[in-house]
Amino acid sequence: MSAPTLPLDSDAVTTQDDSAPVVVFEDVALGFAEKEVLRGVSFSLARGETKALLGVAGSGKSLILKLVMGLIRPDSGRIVVLGNDILQMREEDLFSLRGKIGMVFQESALFDSLTVRENVAYRLMEERGVYDEEIDRRVREALRFVELEHTLDLDPAELSGGMRRRVAIARAIITQPELLLYDSPTGGLDPVTSNTIIELIVKQRDVNKTSALLVTHRLQDAFTMATHQFDPQSNRMAALPHGQYCDVPMSFLILRDGKVIFDGDLRQLTQTRDEYIREYIS
Amino acid sequence: MELTSPTYYAKETVQTVQDYVLFCVHAVANLFRKPFYFTDMVRQADAIGVGSLPIVVLTGFFTGAVLALQASNTLERFGSLSLVGQLVSTSMVRELGPVLTSLMVAGRNSSGMASELGSMVVTEQIDAMRALGTDPMKKLVTPRMAATVFMLFFLAIISDLVGLAGGGLVARVLLHLDSRQYWSYAWQTLVFQDIFMGLVKPVLFGFIIATIGCFYGMNARGGTQGVGRATTQAMVASSVLILVLDFFVTRFLMAVLSYR
Repeated sequence: MSAPTLPLDSDAVTTQDDSAPVVVFEDVALGFAEKEVLRGVSFSLARGETKALLGVAGSGKSLILKLVMGLIRPDSGRIVVLGNDILQMREEDLFSLRGKIGMVFQESALFDSLTVRENVAYRLMEERGVYDEEIDRRVREALRFVELEHTLDLDPAELSGGMRRRVAIARAIITQPELLLYDSPTGGLDPVTSNTIIELIVKQRDVNKTSALLVTHRLQDAFTMATHQFDPQSNRMAALPHGQYCDVPMSFLILRDGKVIFDGDLRQLTQTRDEYIREYIS
Repeated sequence: MELTSPTYYAKETVQTVQDYVLFCVHAVANLFRKPFYFTDMVRQADAIGVGSLPIVVLTGFFTGAVLALQASNTLERFGSLSLVGQLVSTSMVRELGPVLTSLMVAGRNSSGMASELGSMVVTEQIDAMRALGTDPMKKLVTPRMAATVFMLFFLAIISDLVGLAGGGLVARVLLHLDSRQYWSYAWQTLVFQDIFMGLVKPVLFGFIIATIGCFYGMNARGGTQGVGRATTQAMVASSVLILVLDFFVTRFLMAVLSYR
């Protein structure tokens, strides 16, 4: 799949127009200790779209998120994030680009030494240096979004697995990033908690129109996102009527042995003739 | 058990040394780059310096005391028991104060830093910090390095003083020497070179303790087992490096300061 070429500025973080893709991968390859994990991966993520990255364990899904964030560098290829060719950027410049991206890690990665309030406020505190009223308001707002306002002064160790993921989501969205990266946000959680997390992701997609890449092992989560829309009236996720599934900005990307074998929407996925994919989604 | 080829081992060692040197350069360069994490530095100074005070005081006191006790036996044979203050003073200030304090702080803090940072690495907290726009080297490593260097300098001075007090107590109570005579000899024997050597060493050792601890912590791999390995390696490497460096620094300073 060929991706569009974007104008680049390697010296500083650039902004881009609304029609340009938020993320572009061009022929990206990455290997560790003579084992090639990603091979010629190419795809693009449109503004406002959520793309579910699917594949068996070890297929390189989480690595794609770390590549987007610039936490690791590929062996070859080109990665453009929010109009910036991140391979041409120094680590110092990447820090300012990362300010526009939010990431929810697989195991939440909350800072043990900080309270929930300090974890969620972390990025704003780094920018301003002091915890003022404005930060407090935004922290409460972010925690209210994930329905955990009452946990402000708790330590991460006092939270359940699902609550930790929700705090991690609050931490990721507090600066209203242009791009969100979710690394297995429902992994290891019970179905009820998983559904709560997915509802929050759908809410973020439909209410704030944030572009997102979602790594998941749970196919049902991705299908739920493609078949549901957030209803602001009831403050709940509601199922879409049949035939309107493609109305939500949701797509799927399936990896196999480090290669992209499918990139398309729900209709294309259900109509595919590829045996491996049919077996995978069945 | 799989055997490692000598070539591979040599390459790995050179690579580690290179990585460590670059790590140190980066950590020091961050002292002059914004943002400065002054609050973190003070917090670390409290944890490393104030937290280590009890063990440093205990170690210093009993080292000075046993030094006086051991020296008395030999000095008495030559009828020079009164010189015990001189011996305790030079030994503590030039050598034992800085080295033992550093070894104690290494045991407590180098391993502590390795385990804390190692745990943050394996639970992706370091990645999360980078994702949140913070340089972990600036936020975690440089404050620990600056705090350790700063606090070890003062801990060594405290250790010297407490060691002298320990020696003084033994001299007074067990050797029945005059306290004024003990302190007079202890004070008069010290020259600029002794003090200088005693104050340069903790600065260098503090740097070793913090950078080794942070280096092994930041490079921890392989879950909790990796954190355990990093902790042990940091403790062993910093202790050995302190003793090796102590010899070379002493030799160098003796040559440079035209020691008697």
